[in-house]
Amino acid sequence: MSNEWPLWEIFIRGQHGMAHRHVGSLHAPDADMAIKNARDVYTRRNEGVSIWVVEAARITASSPSDKGPMYDPARSKVYRHPTFFDIPDDVEPM
Amino acid sequence: MYAQMIQSEKTDEDPRALAEFQARIDRGEKIEPKDWMPEGYRRTLIRQIGQHAHSEIVGQLPEGNWITRAPTLERKAILLAKVQDEAGHGLYLYCAAETLGISRDALTEKLLDGSMKYSSIFNYPTLTWADMGAVGWLVDGAAIMNQVPLQRTSFGPYSRAMIRICKEESFHQRQGYDIMMKMANGTPEQRRMAQNALDRFWYPSLMMFGPSDAESVHSAQNMAWKIKINTNDELRQKFVDQTVPQAEYLGLTIPDPDLKWNAETGHYDFSEPDWTEFFDVLKGDGPCNAERMEARRKAWDEGAWVREGLLAHARKKRAAKTAAE
Ligand SMILES: [Fe+2]
Ligand SMILES: [Fe+2]
Repeated sequence: MSNEWPLWEIFIRGQHGMAHRHVGSLHAPDADMAIKNARDVYTRRNEGVSIWVVEAARITASSPSDKGPMYDPARSKVYRHPTFFDIPDDVEPM
Repeated sequence: MYAQMIQSEKTDEDPRALAEFQARIDRGEKIEPKDWMPEGYRRTLIRQIGQHAHSEIVGQLPEGNWITRAPTLERKAILLAKVQDEAGHGLYLYCAAETLGISRDALTEKLLDGSMKYSSIFNYPTLTWADMGAVGWLVDGAAIMNQVPLQRTSFGPYSRAMIRICKEESFHQRQGYDIMMKMANGTPEQRRMAQNALDRFWYPSLMMFGPSDAESVHSAQNMAWKIKINTNDELRQKFVDQTVPQAEYLGLTIPDPDLKWNAETGHYDFSEPDWTEFFDVLKGDGPCNAERMEARRKAWDEGAWVREGLLAHARKKRAAKTAAE
């Protein structure tokens, strides 16, 4: 068994009302230590009000080679954007 | 620089794939860890980011040397924060390197067995408190010159690490210059210490950019891949142009009798550092190489029980939790 501490991905909420954002990763023996280390590594200048840590091995990511089949179908559906529809000026703001 | 003399690794992939890859870089797209990349690109980046990370970590030693002897509690707290930032820089960069498929332990082992280097600058001793000023002002100043353009590097994780680092570097340089101002305006003895620190750190700082690489094939490949953005000479010139007026403001003399403003080029002319010394230091024969490596080895060896103990504790805790479920 490897004796290297597992890798944790770190997510930080920068301010109240914002979503957590991925900021980087670090090694720690467990989740509690990962949070303590994340405090020291990623919030030395008040960059956060909340920290999430996720073991990197537990993350499932989409594969770059699936880019076409994954995202191309959305491209032709321009009607999903409000600008697709012309609303006459006479109509109240919509 | 923090990463000096990075040779680009050979790559022999399908020319069409290489051309497509190059086109992505030319379009300014970022390459992410799971994207296809040439083996040479991956290996060159591991070497460059690894060397950069090692430099941040080893770079804590010359400044750590003065934490317990800082002249005031405030200076001590500032220096401690600065050195802690450098530890953080090392960690950001190790993580970026790891996304390329090398483990943290492997990176550390490569530093300890000498197969990976760190910047030549950290093999010079810090003899007086004024050296804390010179290091922040000159060494971090030179690092900034190199790191600011690297924010635009093609590899996403490296670029993001550089952006974080650059946000923190300006504090480092300013606290150094602040120490220099205090010393340069202090007693005659303090003034002499400030001048002496500049005398000792000037040429080693110029060496940080590495020898002229105008002719280097490696440099051309690395620039095409956008893992090197400027030539060594460009950055060195920029550093000299920026630093000379700052030295003048301090009333200190740069230890180069041939240094003078060239109105024609709009730059300062200056003397090259002694490149024999640079290669000696890089080879391991600098004033502090043995001491620095000894300190890193000691930290790694004596920390082994902590790494193992915490991991064993975490496994035990997890096992107990699973059993309870
Ligand atoms: Fe740094
Ligand atoms: Fe720094």
